Amino acid sequence: MRFAVSLLAIVAIASIIGTVLKQGQQFIDYRIEFGDFWFGIFDPIGLFDVYHASWFLAILGFLMLSTSLCIYRHAPGMVKDIRSYREHAGRNSLRLMAHHAEVEGETVVDRQAAQEYLKRAGYRWRINDANGVWLLAAKKGSAQRLGYLFAHAAIVVICIGGLMDGNLPLKLREVVGNKKAETRDIPQSKVPPESRLGTGNLSFRGNVTLPEGAVGDVVFLSEGEGYFVQDLPFALRLKQFQVDYYSTGMPKRFASTIDVLDRKDGKIIKSGVVEVNKPLVVDGIAIYQSSFGDGGSALQFTAWDLGGGGESKLNATSKSTQNITLDGKPYTLEFGDLRVTNVENMGKPGSGDVPSGDTSTVAVNKVEQALASAQSVKSSRNLRNMGPSIQYKLRDQAGQAVEYLNYLSPFYADGATYLLAGVRKDITAQFQFIRVPLDSENKSDAYMRLRNVMLDPANYPEIARRTANKAFADGGFSSTRRDDFQSVTQAILQQFGHGGFTQIDKFIESKVPADKRAAVAQTYLKILQNATVDAMDVAQQKAGLPPLPMTAENYHFLMDSLVATSGFYEYGSPVFLQFDAFTEVKSSGFQLTRSPGEPVIFFGSILLVIGIFCMFYLREERVWLRIGDGHTLLSLAGNRRPAELDTTFAAHRNALLPAIPQGE
Amino acid sequence: MSTLSLNRRHPLDFVFAVLMVLAAGFAFSRYGAHMDYYEQGILAGVTTGLIWFGWFWPAMRWFLPAAGVLALIATAAYGNDLSRAQHAFLLKYLLASQSAVMWMCVLYVMSTITYWFGMLRRSETALGIASGMSWTAALAALTALLVRWYESYLIGADVGHIPVSNLYEVFILFCLITTLMYLYYEARFKARSMGAFVLLVISAAVGFILWYSLDRQAHEIQPLIPALQSWWMKIHVPANFIGYGAFSLAAMLGVAQLLVSRNVLATRLPTYETLGDVMYKAITVGFLFFTIATILGAAWAADAWGGYWSWDPKETWALIVWLNYAAWLHVRLVKGWRGNVLAWWAVVGLLVTTFAFIGVNMFLSGLHSYGGL
Ligand code: HEM
Repeated sequence: MRFAVSLLAIVAIASIIGTVLKQGQQFIDYRIEFGDFWFGIFDPIGLFDVYHASWFLAILGFLMLSTSLCIYRHAPGMVKDIRSYREHAGRNSLRLMAHHAEVEGETVVDRQAAQEYLKRAGYRWRINDANGVWLLAAKKGSAQRLGYLFAHAAIVVICIGGLMDGNLPLKLREVVGNKKAETRDIPQSKVPPESRLGTGNLSFRGNVTLPEGAVGDVVFLSEGEGYFVQDLPFALRLKQFQVDYYSTGMPKRFASTIDVLDRKDGKIIKSGVVEVNKPLVVDGIAIYQSSFGDGGSALQFTAWDLGGGGESKLNATSKSTQNITLDGKPYTLEFGDLRVTNVENMGKPGSGDVPSGDTSTVAVNKVEQALASAQSVKSSRNLRNMGPSIQYKLRDQAGQAVEYLNYLSPFYADGATYLLAGVRKDITAQFQFIRVPLDSENKSDAYMRLRNVMLDPANYPEIARRTANKAFADGGFSSTRRDDFQSVTQAILQQFGHGGFTQIDKFIESKVPADKRAAVAQTYLKILQNATVDAMDVAQQKAGLPPLPMTAENYHFLMDSLVATSGFYEYGSPVFLQFDAFTEVKSSGFQLTRSPGEPVIFFGSILLVIGIFCMFYLREERVWLRIGDGHTLLSLAGNRRPAELDTTFAAHRNALLPAIPQGE
Repeated sequence: MSTLSLNRRHPLDFVFAVLMVLAAGFAFSRYGAHMDYYEQGILAGVTTGLIWFGWFWPAMRWFLPAAGVLALIATAAYGNDLSRAQHAFLLKYLLASQSAVMWMCVLYVMSTITYWFGMLRRSETALGIASGMSWTAALAALTALLVRWYESYLIGADVGHIPVSNLYEVFILFCLITTLMYLYYEARFKARSMGAFVLLVISAAVGFILWYSLDRQAHEIQPLIPALQSWWMKIHVPANFIGYGAFSLAAMLGVAQLLVSRNVLATRLPTYETLGDVMYKAITVGFLFFTIATILGAAWAADAWGGYWSWDPKETWALIVWLNYAAWLHVRLVKGWRGNVLAWWAVVGLLVTTFAFIGVNMFLSGLHSYGGL
């Protein structure tokens, strides 16, 4: 018993370790997290897969054994005890019981009435009438003892069920050496036989991901640093995967429409829909919906050359890598998952406009706000679907990668529309977004036209001329001032074309004394803004289009263009891939299990509940009524608490014996 | 169990039973068309269970109908329009689920204070009032849950679900269950001063509810993610909370017992033995229901994730909690231990339970994604 309890404690501690150390991760991650030294210690003692470590299984086995032994030791005696009425109990032993009462005379009790009383009270009894002694031995609640047997047998049964579904046989075969986990990342068909498991395997739990339209006939069982390939007795075809959403953008339903095919002739054995909480069972193998994702969708982009100004079309597939040459240098483009919906929580409507000056009123407002919103159970979050997005990495020859996140749909803000082009140079950083302003037709063309003109030095004299013309339209200044103005404008354009606002700042820093910088920067910005208007005119003219009327919106557009153009200097890529269109192919992840132990486990569970119920809520009670030797003796034994037994005894005594107490 | 034989029943018992059957019939006539077989089964099971409950504990014969009537009044006041919660007087100040929750919170805090006052002053009157406030708070909690259930359907037919699906809702359930268990033992052992301790843990839960609601807006009703759309949830979660409630109750009695053993408040609290007795009873109830809940959880996991046991942190911690109390019961039953060790153990047990209940959601990730803080 003490040993069993210490083992239980070890199980508990091991389980705690198992929850604190994330189990079943990639081994490489563990190595990074803990360093080689600790990894070298943790790994052999199985801390990364506690629940399948040999020592953990051994302890469980031992607990099972000791519980079985306990049952074996106690069961025969208990069964005997449960069945026995103890109708041979002697007078002396009955008088030794804490609850007994004896009266003189053998006829003071109506034997028939006594039996009726006991019957009503729920007892069963046996009468031993021998040698002039009439002994009625009654009992109830004997099932309490059964409870012990049930609960403990249940533990054993559950452990057996668990072992049936566990990977013990596979582990043994690994030890013997005829099976070995595959650790290489190779196509499934190339996995050698010692890492494959046949369809005869009695129990497994494995995963497989299928794109829409694809067929699979194996699942993968992960095992330490590698995996096994488990052949299925059938093949699985994903016809369609569907996600339904609530109006809040939360997913409501994941459903895969699948066909189960005969492996040999490809005939459909069964068709159905697999959903979370609604598995499909075929041949004793249950198919569960476990994950979903992008199955490799066709993507179309417009590649805007940020250096030279050209544009071209690019076709790609999500979740794939392709080579590309930019500026004469080779790069790889690594596409991630296509995400069709991106619902973002934009915070509470109206939040953020709390006045910031006086903190005390803010605090009060906040409490009031909180109280007011605590009134309503309906969410008032401001959700916005940002539309489809694609994330990709552009990796140069040296292996350096920058990550990009592009949205397909226009983004509305401050009365204008933009394309969001996200970039980050460090995986742990947040994406920084460049807002590419869109024209009235929600296209990026006008911006790109402007940009190309502004970055081509050949256009600067013309732009500067126009800007100067406007600035001096009302005359009044000398032509030398005008020439100065024009060359300054050209210089500003030049600097901007070299590196955006940052470059202009640097330029000012190197030329202007510190105390004048702010004023100069103001002037330069004003000139740049004016020049941008003229640059747009030039761009329109070159494209054979009418000039943009200078409305507030268009002015806003031009200023946004300046910001975007400047932003692209930090973009780290020679192209901007404008996400134009896609054809979605989804994929669905299934978990397939064969677990013959499951019914055993649930049988054990039922036993356990019955057992615990009996142990705690049934109370064994025995009553003896002995008439002989000139006395009538009533005794009560039971394992309720003394106080309760007192009451019970008082009731029995009242009912069975004459009122006047004697003896004791 | 012998209390259940028919010939010893009070006439009111039959009135109550008929009332429950009528209520179930009403629910069925109204919503039967939307129920599948499981749900019809659950309805029948719940009706039987409630009748049993009312017979087992006579106070339930008024408590359950009262909550039902309040909830019906609230639904009538709503008249299919959720926004009436902000205007209709009855809803805004009393019966909308959030208003009822706020009343519940206030009443629990007041009840705690009154219990302490009553215990320290040995005032039976004060203790009686405290007990009454706890009853009222429990009534508010049950009403809030029922009304919230209805409100969820007003938000959207596809959003509606039983309010046991997130941490906020189950905390209300926790308060309700712990209070009811406590009130049962209070009446049975005629030991009202225990409330001073038990209500402390409920007040802590109330603190959490307030913070969670005011700071995190957790009271907003969210639709169910696919993993939670299972009828197992309807029974798994409540069974779990009977367990958690009972273990918390036991731990607080453990604290009281430890104080009594040091002669602190010894003359004001029930005897050392009574406290130990109630603690044992609570743990047996908790253990039974926790076992059932864990098994139901396994059955659910088998449906949702493809395996009845995945050694997910929440599952593992449930096992640890279970082993802890199995060991507790062993040393008491097999070794015959009594006294302070068991009291300390029950207190530590609450820490373990609390970690399994909240800590896992906060610190460990896993398949049990719901209810993250
Ligand atoms: C489910 C709740 C359980 C209860 C209420 C319970 C109760 C008991 C009782 C009353 C005994 C004493 C039997 C006797 O000596 O007459 C006992 C012994 C024992 N129990 Fe349990 N048990 C439970 C679960 C478990 C579990 C989960 C395990 C182990 C995994 C276990 C392992 C043992 C062992 C090893 C003994 C000692 C047997 C011996 O000393 O020969 N029990 N238990």
